[in-house]
Amino acid sequence: MIVDLALVAGILALALGVLAARQAFAAVAFFIAYGLLLALAWARLGLLDVALTEAAIGAGLSGVLLLAAARRLASAPAPEDPPSGRVTRGLIGAGCTILACALGTAVLLLPEPPPGLAAEVAANQAATALGNPVASVLMAFRGLDTLLESAVLVLAVICTVALAPDDGWAGPPGAPQPLADGPLALLARLLPPLGIVVAAHIFWIGVDAPGGKFQAAAILAAMWLLPWMAGLVPAPPVGARALRVTVAAGPALFIAVGLLGAIVTGAFLAWPPGFEKPLILLVEVALTLSIAAALALLVMGPRT
Amino acid sequence: MSLLADAFTVICVVAGVGFFAAGTAGLLRFPDTGSRLHALTKADHLGLGLIVLGLLPRAEALGGAFRLLAIWALVLLASAATGPLLARVAQRRDPSA
Amino acid sequence: MSSLLGVAAFAVLLTLVLGLLRVLRGPAAADRIAAAQLLGTAGIAALLLWGAAADSATHADLALTLAVLAPFATIAMVRKDPGA
Repeated sequence: MIVDLALVAGILALALGVLAARQAFAAVAFFIAYGLLLALAWARLGLLDVALTEAAIGAGLSGVLLLAAARRLASAPAPEDPPSGRVTRGLIGAGCTILACALGTAVLLLPEPPPGLAAEVAANQAATALGNPVASVLMAFRGLDTLLESAVLVLAVICTVALAPDDGWAGPPGAPQPLADGPLALLARLLPPLGIVVAAHIFWIGVDAPGGKFQAAAILAAMWLLPWMAGLVPAPPVGARALRVTVAAGPALFIAVGLLGAIVTGAFLAWPPGFEKPLILLVEVALTLSIAAALALLVMGPRT
Repeated sequence: MSLLADAFTVICVVAGVGFFAAGTAGLLRFPDTGSRLHALTKADHLGLGLIVLGLLPRAEALGGAFRLLAIWALVLLASAATGPLLARVAQRRDPSA
Repeated sequence: MSSLLGVAAFAVLLTLVLGLLRVLRGPAAADRIAAAQLLGTAGIAALLLWGAAADSATHADLALTLAVLAPFATIAMVRKDPGA
């Protein structure tokens, strides 16, 4: 209990720190620590799927993404907006306070036990042949949401690439990275093989336990970004066919299997009976590779 | 045998927690960035190492023990590589340190 | 035994929360990132102890994920540091 309170106090202090920090780099450092504490808080609440995602995305990749953004801001400072008036600031503060109070009240007023579909998921769990209820919801009961989420990533990659200057936009993404020596070069050579094994492990246990494709994809993306950041491996050109196919393959295969379901069972995204598990695994493998490539491209950013 | 293993776990875990406490104290109390980095890497290497060592007898099967050792190896690798990088940045900022 | 491991996890978490002070206080960017990295290691240790106390393998998987991604923020900061 005391530790939970300390955890909550730490999360709040870091959240305030992110808002109050005067330098972008300090704010990012707070945000990384904030993501870590949030992952621990989810683990304390017993929601290990969420904790794993927060650890991979929040404490891992977002930090790198935000640091890159802070770097860009530092090299080309944006024109400062004129400071807002006292009335505007007061109104914004009042609005935020009311919103926070309303959300807090809503959480406290939830009936016990809170309404949900957990019982129905548990009752229909056997139909998907998966052991992890979260995986069943993501791939079968709410498959459309997962499909749209992965499609959104492809759109985000297209938008990011479109920000590159017109000449040579099809070249490698991101800024060229100087070649590293010493400890960083060593780490960039040693870590990726280990990390790929860990990603495969996290993917595979996701079938029956917390874990799965998004977390595994985040680790894979990080393992690609590490040699790139060390200058050891140049990024492939955005125009390369293999890269484009990798990014699009996951959602495309998901849609294809969904259409197959429409033909066989009469419902889009319904899994043909008897083939649920192999088909779900096939789609998940393709989605993992696509998401990993998309996340890495997003972190690298447009060509500068 | 199980009593011996439990005693081993308790001793290692308590020592590991001690190193974490010492590392945090150093992080808070030491006057400059260089010595704070020094405090921190000790906690990384020894604190986590002792806790992993203490939990080894309790690991389920060989896979669990292997995973524990892999976690320690990964953290060792990471802090061995990032420690000098951070020290270089700190020194560039503050040549006196 | 498992309650003892739980207490140990709490102790590690307390050091983690105290270490936050260094993240918040700085003053150099290297201090903040280094402290954030110590928080990561303490978080890994706390998760392993919780996992052992509750006999849950998933906690160890969570710790594994954190361990693989631990050096990333630091490397990004060193590479992206405007003063570098």
